[in-house]
Amino acid sequence: MTLAQLKEGEPGTLDRLDLPEDVARRLMELGFLPGHIVVPARSAPGGEPRVYRVDGSEVALRRETASHLILRAKNGSEAP
Amino acid sequence: MSECSNCGTGCAVATMPPPKLKAAARPHVVAIIGPPNSGKSTLFNRLTGLRQKVANFPGVTVEHRVGRARMDNNSEVVLVDLPGVYSLSPRSEDEQVTRDVLNGQMQDVPKPDSVLLILDSTNLGRHLVLAAPILSLKLPTLVILNMADDLRNRGGQVDTAELAGQLGAPVALISAAKGEGVDKVIQFMKGTSAGTSSLAPPKVELPVLQDIPRCRQWAHQVGLGAAYQAPTPPLWTRRLDSVFLHPIAGPLIFLVVVGAVFQTIFRGAKPLMDGLQALIHSSGPWVGSALPPGIFRSLLVDGIWNGVGNVIVFLPQILLLFLFIGILEDSGYLARAALIADRTMAKFGLQGKSFIPLISAYACAVPAIMATRTIESKRDRLATILIAPLMTCSARLPVYLLVIGAFIKDRPFLGPLLGTQAAALLGLYALGFIAAILTARLLKSSILKSERTPFMLEMPPYRMPTLRSLSLRLFDRSKVFLRRAGTVILTTAVILWILANLPLHNGRPPEIADSYAGMVGHAIEPVIKPLGFNWKIGIGLLTSMAARETIISTLGTIYKMEGSSESVGLRQALQSDLSPGGAVALLIFFAFAMQCMSTIAVVRRETGGWKWPAVQFGYMTLLAYVCALVTNGVVGRM
Repeated sequence: MTLAQLKEGEPGTLDRLDLPEDVARRLMELGFLPGHIVVPARSAPGGEPRVYRVDGSEVALRRETASHLILRAKNGSEAP
Repeated sequence: MSECSNCGTGCAVATMPPPKLKAAARPHVVAIIGPPNSGKSTLFNRLTGLRQKVANFPGVTVEHRVGRARMDNNSEVVLVDLPGVYSLSPRSEDEQVTRDVLNGQMQDVPKPDSVLLILDSTNLGRHLVLAAPILSLKLPTLVILNMADDLRNRGGQVDTAELAGQLGAPVALISAAKGEGVDKVIQFMKGTSAGTSSLAPPKVELPVLQDIPRCRQWAHQVGLGAAYQAPTPPLWTRRLDSVFLHPIAGPLIFLVVVGAVFQTIFRGAKPLMDGLQALIHSSGPWVGSALPPGIFRSLLVDGIWNGVGNVIVFLPQILLLFLFIGILEDSGYLARAALIADRTMAKFGLQGKSFIPLISAYACAVPAIMATRTIESKRDRLATILIAPLMTCSARLPVYLLVIGAFIKDRPFLGPLLGTQAAALLGLYALGFIAAILTARLLKSSILKSERTPFMLEMPPYRMPTLRSLSLRLFDRSKVFLRRAGTVILTTAVILWILANLPLHNGRPPEIADSYAGMVGHAIEPVIKPLGFNWKIGIGLLTSMAARETIISTLGTIYKMEGSSESVGLRQALQSDLSPGGAVALLIFFAFAMQCMSTIAVVRRETGGWKWPAVQFGYMTLLAYVCALVTNGVVGRM
């Protein structure tokens, strides 16, 4: 399951970032780290991009990026 | 390249040598560093006030500000405001520059004697990550936790004494916007400039800096040790977002706000502008009376006073525009606008991040082009640079206002809310934007084709813009505007006056049509005649190559010297000189043409050669000419 598939308000725990290293590092600096909980919030009018609440801040991503952020299976949930 | 990338094994040389004591006291240099949205600039403004300037690091395009802060014992320190970064790993130009400055490897910038690390206290977990690379530099550092008022109001807390112990560096909890706790920052700078540095080895060993998860883990532990309690989410931001990002209300509000801005620029600034105009016109003879009648009085009154004065009257409008841009930026709304725009921008091959430089191009293309450095993709960045000058910069505003004011009667257009003049102005702004994104589309589907790059944009909480920062912006802008009036526009006005007064006929200045300026105007008239412009407008087009608004001072001088318009204003003179078709064509020409030397220079510097500015200049001039030609044909036949 990926971040893009989550519904608004439904939390998910990040497992890994399936992206080139430079992009992944940028995302990690913004809080998208394995083990962190991400909650999708509002989207821009038209549904894209969507704002995600992660590690105390809100970051907007396009669907195509969010679909490369892989989530952990539902039972495992931990926060830093 | 030797730098300490992973410190943690025993800190060998912890003490900094005192600043080299040369005969002339070298200033004490303090660097301010922090992640984006940490309130860095607010603190910088508070500490330096008006004693600051924007500078460029040699060889790179990253802008920074340098200012002076006065301590309470009247000594001064030099403050360097560095770009907002999340880490020091040199992947973007911003990070490279920050790192080089801190390591003393930046030419012309002395190595900082101490560092102010500013972090958002409401988001300490993530922001503390930056403390690791900064503390590993072993410079005397004050860790500033900003937004103390927010933290308190939203029920968060932190033990600063404990945090200082954990980090081995002093910690100050402040609110830069409110001024709370800023005295602690001043005390720290006073201490370091006196040479009493206070850097103890950190209690918590610093992590390996390349490993982001480990750094984040470290920050979490430090936070725990300092009993950090994160505040509740910003309720107001969520409430406002539910309105501003509402699928229907959001875009509507955006349009209403933009409409109101344009209406205010026209109506609100009018009394001020009329006052300024009256002042400049009535003072002309008075200024002239300082000199005996003759050639120099004419230079002073017709050439300089009138020429430059005609441009200066537009200062109120320009300040209003900047006030609005400032409010949008400082309140955090601009990030939402970028979010809303991303889908549209994506259709044209750009990304939402290009939107922010494009918005600032409404002020001026030069800083906008420099702001494109936040775009990681090289091709996206180049595309944004190439289209930025099509956005309606503030130098076009005076030209638009003058021509619209002269040729369009003000009637209610959309009810009393939006008049026809404001609507015309809004239309011209929209035209520039449409031309920009269509050009982007053209570029991105041909020579600058690339993979779509990921878009990631942090949404800062909404904040009330402070009066202080807004007035600083306006002050800055007035300075830039008046300096331009006093240099580029003044010089062109004087040159024009000379060319308009030579060659002498029997010792007397010629009729303007027979002067050198007139000859040049007549020489190019055949080329511009199809656009509906006569030779006088032609002279204006030539001088406006220096800067767009120069055309106003030029026409002012020409009409004044023609003598026809002793009491008639510039507006009326223009009405008798241009057909309606020519007037609209003139607006269109100014919307598209790249008449700005500073922009050409900055594009050359940013793209590293003359190729792109040449392409851009050719493209924009051709576009302007063809569109003006068509416009004149169509409107002229109506």
